[in-house]
Amino acid sequence: MELDRNMLLYLYRTMTTIRHFEERGIPETGQRGMSGSVHSSAGQEAVPTGICAHLTNEDYIGSTHRGHGHCIAKGVDPKLMMAELFGRVTGPNKGKGGSMHIADMSKGMLGTNGVVAASVPLAVGAALTSKLRRLGRVAVAFFGDGGANQGVLHECMNLASVWKLPVIFCCENNGYAESTPVEYALSTARVADRAAGYDMPGVHVDGMDVFDVFEAAGQAVQRARAGEGPSLLECRTYRYYGHTVFDNPLSYRTQEEQDYWRGRDPLLLFRERVAPGGLVSIDELDFMDLEAQELMEDAIRFADESPLPALEEIYEDVYVDYPLDLMRRGINLEV
Amino acid sequence: MTTAMTPTTTRELRYREAINEALRQEMERDETVIIMGEEIAGGAGREHLGIVDAWGGPFRTTVGLIQQFGNQRVLDTPLSEAAFVGTAIGAASTGMRAVAELMFVDFVGVCMDQLLNNAAKMRYMFGGQVKVPFTMLTRIGAGFGSAAQHSESFYSIFSHIPGLKGVAPSDPYTAKGLLIAAIRDDDPVVYFEHKGLYGNTGPVPEEPYAIPLGKARTVRSGSDITLVGISRMTWVCTEAAEALAPEGVNAEVVDLLSVSPIDYDLIIDSVRRTHRLVVVDEDTPICSLASDICARVAEEAFDYLDAPPSRVTAPHTPVPYSRPLEDAYLPNAARVVKTARGLVTGR
Repeated sequence: MELDRNMLLYLYRTMTTIRHFEERGIPETGQRGMSGSVHSSAGQEAVPTGICAHLTNEDYIGSTHRGHGHCIAKGVDPKLMMAELFGRVTGPNKGKGGSMHIADMSKGMLGTNGVVAASVPLAVGAALTSKLRRLGRVAVAFFGDGGANQGVLHECMNLASVWKLPVIFCCENNGYAESTPVEYALSTARVADRAAGYDMPGVHVDGMDVFDVFEAAGQAVQRARAGEGPSLLECRTYRYYGHTVFDNPLSYRTQEEQDYWRGRDPLLLFRERVAPGGLVSIDELDFMDLEAQELMEDAIRFADESPLPALEEIYEDVYVDYPLDLMRRGINLEV
Repeated sequence: MTTAMTPTTTRELRYREAINEALRQEMERDETVIIMGEEIAGGAGREHLGIVDAWGGPFRTTVGLIQQFGNQRVLDTPLSEAAFVGTAIGAASTGMRAVAELMFVDFVGVCMDQLLNNAAKMRYMFGGQVKVPFTMLTRIGAGFGSAAQHSESFYSIFSHIPGLKGVAPSDPYTAKGLLIAAIRDDDPVVYFEHKGLYGNTGPVPEEPYAIPLGKARTVRSGSDITLVGISRMTWVCTEAAEALAPEGVNAEVVDLLSVSPIDYDLIIDSVRRTHRLVVVDEDTPICSLASDICARVAEEAFDYLDAPPSRVTAPHTPVPYSRPLEDAYLPNAARVVKTARGLVTGR
């Protein structure tokens, strides 16, 4: 597969931005007392990067609780994301959603989602909109190996296949649903095997290798855009940390396993694959790492300097239109 | 167009026909309106055999829509409520005005996550970035020997959820006006059709009209006690009011219409004049709308009350199957009369 220089730079920049966001932003969020709902996707950068490289702002994605990478790959501004994690009004969700609900409708980002596989039908619905209004847009429904066992996903794969919707079901199989290993919880050897039951292509790729993801995603997106229906794409990947910042992953997995996957780091693999080709130099990659590092310092500063929401904002945006009196009647938040 | 709470027309339609007309007129008005659900046309995919609209909906509320609007706007779905309710919510948040039909409210368990965690919360979680113009049609009501999983009147659980609205029309006029308002509304609205009302007829204007969400109406004026009815229970209240009149008890009857927002003001204004309240509710009593309305009246109109705010509801049981048990389950006029008489006369 031949990728031009701009695409190579884009892929690496996206991955290093995600990595730096996770490594720097999550501890900082914790220091501000709000780490309870934050899940790191460090290690999984190649998946959203390789997939979203085929999408425009007009296309849609539905994301998961581990969704910072999806947001960044879909073009959401990391500064605004950091503000959202810190609960500031300058976040895309005005500080009302946090890590598990980051959405940016201007980028086709239908939200990270706190319920496993719950965003899948939203992506399917966006695909339906595209089909009915002939918009030519596609939607990607991200879910994990845990989400692979949710009923709503299976209902949606069937529905999308019956209606030939332009949607890609993307399983980020990182090996663990919280602490439960995938080989315990999955009835099939691979999630991708399940595609056969819904008469759609099921492809399993190395989710640590952004080129592998990029190529498979390209085919699935092309199929969707051509009106040929949905695909299931399983990307085998690994999360470097626990389910949240609170659990010790060594309570359910081995150091050897972690070392093995760290040795297959997606940024490292990219460097090994690209450097000999000469299209992009190691210095350029190092420079992008530095830029990402600086971006995070800017983002943290921006977020800290942004205001927290005023108390009255608790009542904002519950509805487009509803009597305010009924939401606050008999309630006094000031006491 | 918003209109008054009473019709000024002589044309009569059945409740089910009023629902059908509202759907048809909104789909004619706005091409982004789509409807999906199980058997809403029926016999799907058999056009090549000359089969179209085999059922017209399980209760014929959607009959004729597929012929007029085609199978891209009238979408029969697999039996996958979580998928199609969620898909409708996703479509609504990306530019459609989506209607989905959940055949019976008792089935909400299989798709509740999509209502509770997506439809109701997306706008709030996303900081106001999205509108979700989604209407879920569903059915309530016991009295048909349908037993515990096809008969409930679970609207209170939706009233409880911030981010959702709900309406429970009681006659053909409100069925049409509230459905048009629900579809045009930019928030998710659950629309409760009562199975026992489908055959009822009443005046319905031909032109489209919207009845504002969140407004109750007074269907009978009185001075001695306020009876609040929800959906079919409104007519149980009027029947009770007729029976109380010869005893010299003059009952006012309020038809709630909206289960969220709730028109507390109209009820409290009424109670301030009548000094007594009975809420008549086909739903079960604990943590119900009936309980909520009584609590609100007790908090805000305590000094006006001459008797405890009271409830006539179904018992805290599932809906039973056998006829005598189901008859006993349902609130009726006799129970309302007895309760109201006791509050007014102390007997």
